[in-house]
Amino acid sequence: MEKELRLMKGNEAVAEAAIRTGADGYFGYPITPQSEILEYLMEADPYHTTGMVVLQAESEVAAINMVYGGAACGKKVMTTSSSPGISLKQEGITYIAGAELPCLIVNVVRGGPGLGTIQPAQSDYFQATKGGGHGDYHLIVLAPASVQEMADFVELGFDLAFKYRNPVMMLSDGAIGQMMEKVWLSPQKERSKTVPAWATTGKPATRDRIIITSLDLDPNGQERFNQKLVAKYNEIREKEVRYEEFQCEDAEYILVAYGTSARVCMKSIQLARAQGIKVGLLRPITLFPFPTKRLNELAGKVKMMVSVEMSAGQMVEDVMLSVNGKVPVYHFGRMGGIVTEPEEVVDFLKSKI
Amino acid sequence: MAQATGIKEIIKPENLVYRKTKVMTDNILSYCPGCGHGTAHRILAEIIDEEGLQSETIGISPVGCSVLLYEFIDIDWQEAAHGRAPALATAIKRLLPDKFVFTYQGDGDLAAIGTAETIHTCNRGENILIIFINNGIYGMTGGQMAPTTLPGMKSSTSPYGRDVKLMGNPLKMTDIVATLPGTYYVTRQSVHTPVNVRKTKKAIRKAVHYQKLNKGTCFIEIVSNCPSGWKMTPVEANKWMEANMFPFYPLGDLKVPAEENAQKTTNSEKND
Repeated sequence: MEKELRLMKGNEAVAEAAIRTGADGYFGYPITPQSEILEYLMEADPYHTTGMVVLQAESEVAAINMVYGGAACGKKVMTTSSSPGISLKQEGITYIAGAELPCLIVNVVRGGPGLGTIQPAQSDYFQATKGGGHGDYHLIVLAPASVQEMADFVELGFDLAFKYRNPVMMLSDGAIGQMMEKVWLSPQKERSKTVPAWATTGKPATRDRIIITSLDLDPNGQERFNQKLVAKYNEIREKEVRYEEFQCEDAEYILVAYGTSARVCMKSIQLARAQGIKVGLLRPITLFPFPTKRLNELAGKVKMMVSVEMSAGQMVEDVMLSVNGKVPVYHFGRMGGIVTEPEEVVDFLKSKI
Repeated sequence: MAQATGIKEIIKPENLVYRKTKVMTDNILSYCPGCGHGTAHRILAEIIDEEGLQSETIGISPVGCSVLLYEFIDIDWQEAAHGRAPALATAIKRLLPDKFVFTYQGDGDLAAIGTAETIHTCNRGENILIIFINNGIYGMTGGQMAPTTLPGMKSSTSPYGRDVKLMGNPLKMTDIVATLPGTYYVTRQSVHTPVNVRKTKKAIRKAVHYQKLNKGTCFIEIVSNCPSGWKMTPVEANKWMEANMFPFYPLGDLKVPAEENAQKTTNSEKND
């Protein structure tokens, strides 16, 4: 079957892609600016076509724990929310990471802290990439910059989650979630008829009971588990880095930006190059694992890097660690739900040259 | 030595009248002497065995004294975060509707931190069994006041007794869920005497049956003891439970299926 072209919001694309990729369950709770995902799924009613369970939970806390229950049965399950709701989910997320369960969590980020705004922001970078909940763990973090990627990263997210038995977060923002674009949708896939061997399905006489837990009262056992997680994260760092470069070949300056900011920077580059400033863009697609090696290589060839984010400066810390002092690194970006203007980026760049 | 030989002579297969349920593992129970958890585990395991459900069951263990429940009953388990077991059970049952799904939770887990999950799971009428062990105290963390601690009852965080004006009243969660349309069978039992053990076991068997018929949420409270937390001997604890817990948490059915009521009426009419 061929792909289908549709005009959709990013949020709707996530919902439709979830059905088409054969997801088994979605558990959500309304919050702006991502409520369209739950609304779309309720209207599409996939339980009567693919058998996908869709449930509105009583809270974000319940929703993420439903994801835990479903994931521990080896099912492809997901939840979506926006910043304040993702904070509520952190307890469940750390348990999911601690129990090594695969799932997809979408954060359509809005400005914070607290209740903040309902407009787009990128101020949840630390929370997404550095853990978010308690304990030593990482999510695999995918950063879509288009409606197409919001659709595509549903399937990619599930693939990575099951490959590594690790929760995956799609870190989007209110702009990409709400805007409409053309999107090519994959044909409908059947839901998987099998589940992995580690899943709880009822204990037959032929195998030992399966216990999904994140508890180990023996510190030696817990440390061994922590070491296992570290090894997994290192493998992910080695194998799963994804990024895109734009006009970096002759660049003297590099902008580093993901999601909506990356799109803004594309325009900034056009404006800057018209003024003779050779600037390129590195767009991390995975925020964990971060494209550390590539940024370090590029740092040897350019004069300066600017991390452009709609935050007070969060990813800039990872850019600095990657560059490791080779060139100056700055942060620029608007906050509070305001999307950075392309001209502002150019002006900032010129002020630092 | 003579005594040891005597015991050996007694312990012979032909003399066994009560044996370990094969669904119980050989792991040593981690509970204090006299605690009701072991008995509750045992009858649950017996039902799973007798109903042939071992390969069909997914249990959810809580945070509390029974956090290691998965070490004692030989079935597939998921360990939930504190209070969240009903949310896990909701998803499991919806994704695997043919499985027998139950949660086993203490009063702190179910009636304090998990209040929202408990009420909404029951209100949706999720087709699961919730077993609720109520001993009026947080046992695992060392005997703090629970949502179910009786008025005036002492605990490590109500050392002068629970003052309801300051600390609120004990919460009768079982009474609350019995009012919800999603629950099908709600009962309050105990496991401190052989008669009560048999009644509780019967209740669990009914819940298994109702779950097979997709009837909605079954909720079984087991009023239990905590000799260590209450700072009593096991015998004293059971006496105290009868004298103080049962008047506040009376044993018996809070909600029985309409058809069962009808059945009872028919039977009594026949008997008459």
